[in-house]
Amino acid sequence: MSAGAAILLIVGRELRLSFRRPDQLLQPLVFFLIVTTLFPLGLNLQLSLLKDMAPGVLWTAALLSSLLSLESLFKGDADDGTLEQLALSGQSLTVIVIAKTAAHWLLSGAALVLASPLVAIALGIPSAAFGTMLASLVLGTMTLSWLGSIGAALTVGLKRGNVLLSLIVLPLAMPLLIFGAGATDRAISGTSPAGALYFLGSLCIFTCTLAPFAAAAALRITLD
Amino acid sequence: MWTWFYRLASPPFVYRTAGALMPWFLAAAAATIGYGTIAGLAFAPPDYQQGDAFRIIYVHAPSAWLSLFAYTTLAVAGAIGLIWRIKMGHAVAAATAPIGASFTLSALVTGSLWGRPMWGTYWAWDPRLTSELILLFLYVGVMSLRSAFEDPGRGDRAAALLAIVGVVNVPIIHYSVVWWNSLHQGATVAKIGKPEMPGSMLWPLLAMFLGFMCFYGAVLCMRLRGEVLNRERQAAWVREAMRS
Repeated sequence: MSAGAAILLIVGRELRLSFRRPDQLLQPLVFFLIVTTLFPLGLNLQLSLLKDMAPGVLWTAALLSSLLSLESLFKGDADDGTLEQLALSGQSLTVIVIAKTAAHWLLSGAALVLASPLVAIALGIPSAAFGTMLASLVLGTMTLSWLGSIGAALTVGLKRGNVLLSLIVLPLAMPLLIFGAGATDRAISGTSPAGALYFLGSLCIFTCTLAPFAAAAALRITLD
Repeated sequence: MWTWFYRLASPPFVYRTAGALMPWFLAAAAATIGYGTIAGLAFAPPDYQQGDAFRIIYVHAPSAWLSLFAYTTLAVAGAIGLIWRIKMGHAVAAATAPIGASFTLSALVTGSLWGRPMWGTYWAWDPRLTSELILLFLYVGVMSLRSAFEDPGRGDRAAALLAIVGVVNVPIIHYSVVWWNSLHQGATVAKIGKPEMPGSMLWPLLAMFLGFMCFYGAVLCMRLRGEVLNRERQAAWVREAMRS
């Protein structure tokens, strides 16, 4: 079987599996909404002040809620032995990582992007900045999925790997926060966000070409 | 040609070599740090702008340099362990991580103490301090990952991989933080540039750099010996070494 066909099969399986349990799809999204609600309540801000903080709040919440679903990237399949079967299937482990991470992004990252305008309205981000915000979130959550696949692969064999996973992935994800929030910030203030978006794009390409190999190597360490 | 390389893989050889090197490193460190401290604190002229407060550079700058140097050692030693399956590479990585984290912490503490008289605040989100803080998080991640595995071999390899991923990311993180600081025109931090330093200021600083390197070497040898003994505690040579 060609690598492309294998990727399509695995992505299809992941999507079917998670659409049968929609609550797990929705939970990170609800978490995303709750975290963004916490900031205005905790800071007691007026809407005008809130607008300045909105990109940072939105991006912090997006990073945290993406982390929640990251733990399950390989865990379920590793626990019931599916991952070993996939590894023995003759396909390269890198191909399997690419497929699983792509499916993970479709289920968590893309859903987050779709939910973000709702949060953006609540935080007072002007609709003129929505395009930039969505573009930055698409690139940022993709990059986070690739980075996160390394972290998830490293912690897959651990019993309580969840906190450790955040500890590993969040420092690596800080450039995303800087440029993602920076791009949105610039779009709100009316200056060109192109530079930050280009940087996010290059980070996305950089991680998607290298991270699958690192994650596959990590799976070989933690599984064998 | 490769025999010296493979001898490095032998635990008794590493144990003995580290023990033989340690006193030399320690003596060199004592001499250079002693000279640097006395000359830096007593004889170097006060800075024309910062007065005597600049003298913290004699601890701060070498600590910051060592924090990066130790991380590079961590990644290179981990890569050697991962690629050639040399267990001693992992031992060096395990020994170097806490030292590097301590240097990072020392750079952060001295940096913020320096910031108090210079910026009027302990923490100014200066790009270099911020990337140093992220470096500390990376160290903590590598150390916790290593200890999270029950099988030490697996923990070693996982930590080595994470250290390599981290070393690729360190420049990206550093430059994004620099750029982020120029995006947020916050409190404009007076840049502590490097004006021409007179020799009486510069030589103690160079001596401190050298001294910190030697001190790092000495502590690394010390920790490495402990690490090797702990890892090889079942081996016959360890029992013999302990008896004599």
